[in-house]
Parts: sequence; structure tokens; C-alpha cells
Amino acid sequence: MTTWQPVLLANVNRPNSEKITTYLAHGGYEALRKTLKMSPDQVIAEVKASGLRGRGGAGFPTGAKWGFIPKDAPVKYLAVNTDEGEPGTFKDRLIVERDPHAILEGVIIASYAVGAHRAFVYIRGEFFLGVKRWIKAIADAYQYGFLGKNILESGFDLDVSLHRGAGAYICGEETAMIESLEGKRGEPRLKPPYPAQAGIWGQPTVVQNCETLVNIPHIIGRGAAWFASIGTEQSRGPKIFCVSGHVNRPGNYELPLGTPLREIIYEHAGGVRMGRSVKAVIPGGASTPFLTADKLDVPMAFETLAAAGSALGTGAVVVMDETTDMVEVARRVMSFYVHESCGRCVPCRLGGHNMLHELDIIASGQGKRANLARLEALTRGIPGITFCPLGTGMCEPVASGLKLFRSEFEERVS
Amino acid sequence: MHAEPKVKPSGAALIDPAKEAMLLAALYIAQEQRGYLTPEVIDRVAARLGLTAGQVFSTASFYTLFRTKPVGRYVIQVCSGVSCYLVDGAEKVSDYIGAKLGIRPGETTADGRFTLETVQCLASCGTAPALRVNDQLYENLTPAGIDAILDRLLGEV
Ligand SMILES: Cc1cc2nc3c(=O)[nH]c(=O)nc-3n(C[C@H](O)[C@H](O)[C@H](O)COP(=O)(O)O)c2cc1C
Ligand code: SF4
Ligand code: FES
Repeated sequence: MTTWQPVLLANVNRPNSEKITTYLAHGGYEALRKTLKMSPDQVIAEVKASGLRGRGGAGFPTGAKWGFIPKDAPVKYLAVNTDEGEPGTFKDRLIVERDPHAILEGVIIASYAVGAHRAFVYIRGEFFLGVKRWIKAIADAYQYGFLGKNILESGFDLDVSLHRGAGAYICGEETAMIESLEGKRGEPRLKPPYPAQAGIWGQPTVVQNCETLVNIPHIIGRGAAWFASIGTEQSRGPKIFCVSGHVNRPGNYELPLGTPLREIIYEHAGGVRMGRSVKAVIPGGASTPFLTADKLDVPMAFETLAAAGSALGTGAVVVMDETTDMVEVARRVMSFYVHESCGRCVPCRLGGHNMLHELDIIASGQGKRANLARLEALTRGIPGITFCPLGTGMCEPVASGLKLFRSEFEERVS
Repeated sequence: MHAEPKVKPSGAALIDPAKEAMLLAALYIAQEQRGYLTPEVIDRVAARLGLTAGQVFSTASFYTLFRTKPVGRYVIQVCSGVSCYLVDGAEKVSDYIGAKLGIRPGETTADGRFTLETVQCLASCGTAPALRVNDQLYENLTPAGIDAILDRLLGEV
């Protein structure tokens, strides 16, 4: 079993972990002091050398993203994505509620690196406790001189404000989030231009996931070489795996990238409940294709999961035992996406609706082979022609369900 | 060469982006005061921010946390997500509560005390099944735990 002393989640189980005094007592804001003695370019170089890739689902290299921000732009922004809502994912909520300063220190370092003097925290509207914790953390950071004018006498200024979403999963997509921050309907924008070129109010904007930002102080504090020594070739550093479903000990487990799925399920999450066996696993959140039990030895890393036919996504591992009704799981995931489609483009809005309709009929046992054929045609036709990745992502679970558990679908239709 | 035609700025060009960015926050405040967004409230928010009522309504209607109809004093939102479903949550929980209160998801009790809803993932999948009552989250639900929540709320009203 991998022995790993948690770094990202080191604080969360301490008493009063959310308080700035607790954070400071355990080395908090030391990396910020170090950062302010470096040049912004040095900070970006360090993050590039670490190999850190975004933890919000897409896995884009973080240092490269910071490097895209034009140096000469007069106004630049940073936006923190706290909109977590992908079924199976529950890591960002934990960090925001229990260790908001760990994110905030990352925010300040990232802002310094790209030259942003204003950062926006966008938080999911339903995170009532998270909102309170963010507000308190920001206020305390101002009081201690980590935010505001001339931070720690460095001459660097940064203001941070909090913005509450209002119940729309699509606002986690970075351009939809920017629309929502601007007070509009959260409909995605066309890319390019990417936010790094034209984001909030048309200004260059770095959008970063909470967990990504929590890694930053450790990369600066312990060095890029330390970070790059953890994980696999293309997936460096520690990762928080959210394990849920049919396991004995569901929860958030921080482990090096590349830890085998089997170890996460059986050693850390206590194995499958009632001694049953695994039937399927969603390895990276609701939009990642299923894995079957013969894939349990896959290392949990970007490149290895892609090779196994799925994706690391958000690192949300949903475990399903032998009793699971895969038609129902596919139907449920589809109903999530149909509910959360922003409605902007037809393939997603109407196609999703139609796929759910076919799934409803198939799940009810009243379906015919024609329903199955129509469902399959839709899952083939929609990917790639939607305005944003949500519409494509919604097809993945059904398409992989049809591929891997075909007999279950066929048994339901006549 | 002929001169470019002079284009009158459209309504949108006159919107103050800083004011528009306040819209979600303003809607939260308005909803807190009234319980839901009445047409008058929408008009007032629009006037204050220099937007049209249509624009405000369009944005408000995009977000599920903004309500244009009254709801019960306690809004019970049961997660219907996949992780909750796997551990005997979702419909099992909403059906149980619905039977106790005599309503179905989407309905409010006749006395206006409870509204029952099913919602998407609450980011409590590791502590599933989960539900929320107003701004309070309840996790690791069991039938006895749900009874206790309902009894307490019934006692409070
Ligand atoms: C439909 C959709 C929903 C998303 N939801 C989230 C989310 O809730 N949180 C998040 O950090 N990223 C989310 N993303 C990814 C963001 O668009 C963006 O890539 C990410 O915030 C960048 O940060 P990172 O590089 O640190 O991961 C979503 C993407 C899509 C397409
Ligand atoms: S794919 Fe879906 S969520 Fe994305 S823009 Fe189109 S309708 Fe909206
Ligand atoms: S699926 Fe219910 S909290 Fe995530």
C-alpha cells in the first residue's frame, strides 16, 4: 500500500482548521513570503517545472496557462472555480469549508505570478457554509496584510471578492463562469478566445480550480523538484480522490497520482461493502466512461486512464458492485446532464432530452429494439458537434454503458 | 470613399458592467426579503441596476436558486445523484419524506410549511445519502435520521 503523508489535506481534520491562526501555526503563508522575494517569472518557471496539471477536470498544465497571460496587458484577473457539482465529486467543498486559507494562499501566489491585482472567487450558490468560510478567510487575510495594498511590504497589491452562483452546474465551465460573474445567464462562450486572452470584461483571466491552487504553496515552498518526483511521467504530484458508492469507507483520499484504482478501492476505501465484487467504476466523475472490473489495476493518472478508455477527470471514483443496475445508472447520469444543459445549442438541449426519453422507456421495460437503436445513434451523433464539452460529455456514460454492459440494455427491450 | 454610417449605441452598450455584475447578488437580497422574486421585485432590481426587466427575468430564470413562485417555509431538497442512489438514497429518501408529508416532489404542503424537491448532486457523495433543508445540509441519512429531522422541523413550526 502506498504510504503518503497528506499535504493538500494535512489541515482539514485539525480542530478549527478553517481559522487563519490554525493555518499560520502549521506553516501557512510561508510560501507567500518566499514568493514575494522571487520574480513573477521565477514563480511561473517553478510551476511549469513542477508539471502540475489542473485538477478541475481538463488537466491543462497550470504553468503553461499562466505563461499565456500577456505580460503587457494593463488589467489581468484571476478567477477561482469553486463551483463543484459533478456527481461523485466532493473535494473542493471539503477544502473550502475546512481549509480556505490553503486555497487563498494559492490565489495570492498565482495572482502575483501573472500580475493580477484583482481576483474573483466564484462559489456554487448551494455551498452555504463555504460562502461563510470564504468571506471570513478573505476578511482575515486582509487583516493580516496578506491581501490589500502593499502585501507584506512587497509593493504587490491584490483585492479578492466573492461571487455566489445560483444553482447552475454549467457555470463551472470557465467561460460560463465568467458570464455568470458578469451578472448574465451562465451560457458558455465560444473559444477561442480563451480566458487567458479575453476573460472577465474582455481582460486576460486565469481560471483555476480550488485543488489546483492548493498545490501552489507546496510547489513554491518545497520546490518543483519535490513535486515532480511524485506521480507518473505525465501526471505529477498528489491528487485528492473522492471515493463514493458501494465502498465501506467512502471519502476523500489524498494519494500520489498513479496510485492503482484497486488500491484506492480496497486499501483506502475499505473495499466493496458486504464483500461483494466490483461491477463497474466511474473513475473521474459523471462524464467519464465506465471501467469494468478487469481494469482495476489501472494507475490513476491522466495518461493511463486515457489508455484504459476513460479519463482522470476530477478524480471522483464512483464504485458500483455486482448488484448495480447499469441501465438505471446511465439514466440517472443522463438526467443530471439534461437538467444542467444550458439550452444554448440544439444537439445538447434536444439531443439530451431525446436520449433521456429513450432511456426512460428502456428502463421501464416497455422499450423496443428501436428505442435502443435510436439511443445509440444519438450517442454517436452528438459528440463533437455541441457548443461546449457538456453536450459531448453527457453521451460518454451511456455510450460506454452500451458498449460494456450491452446485454443489460438488450434484456430490457423486446 | 464614403463616411462610415453613424450607429446609435444600442441599449446594451449603455449597460454599466459593474452594475450588471451585481445582478445575482441583488437578486439574492431581493429574494431573501420577499421569499421569491415577484414581478415588482424584478422591476425594482432592473431599475436600480439600469437593466430592463426582461433582462433581469431572463438571468434570474436561468438559475435554479432563484424562485418566481412562493415556496414552503422549509424547502427539503433531496439529492437524486448517482452516488446517493447507490446507497439507498435519492427516490427512496424523497418517497419516504413525501409519504410522511403527503406531498410529491415539486409540491408544497397545504399549510405552506414544507416544499419537497429533488435536486442534483450536493457534493456530499462521500457522506451519502444527503439532503438539504433551506441552508442546512444533512448527510449519512437513515430512516431514523430523517424522522428526527422532520420531527424537529414539525416541532419548530
Ligand atoms: C460542463 C463543465 C463543468 C465544469 N465544472 C467545473 C467545476 O465545477 N469546477 C472546476 O474547477 N472546473 C470545472 N470545469 C473545468 C473548467 O472549465 C476549467 O477547465 C477549470 O476550472 C480550470 O481550472 P484547472 O486548470 O485548475 O483545472 C468544468 C468544465 C465543463 C466543461
Ligand atoms: S453543449 Fe449544452 S451546456 Fe454546452 S452550450 Fe450547448 S446546450 Fe449549453
Ligand atoms: S450524488 Fe448525492 S451528494 Fe453527490
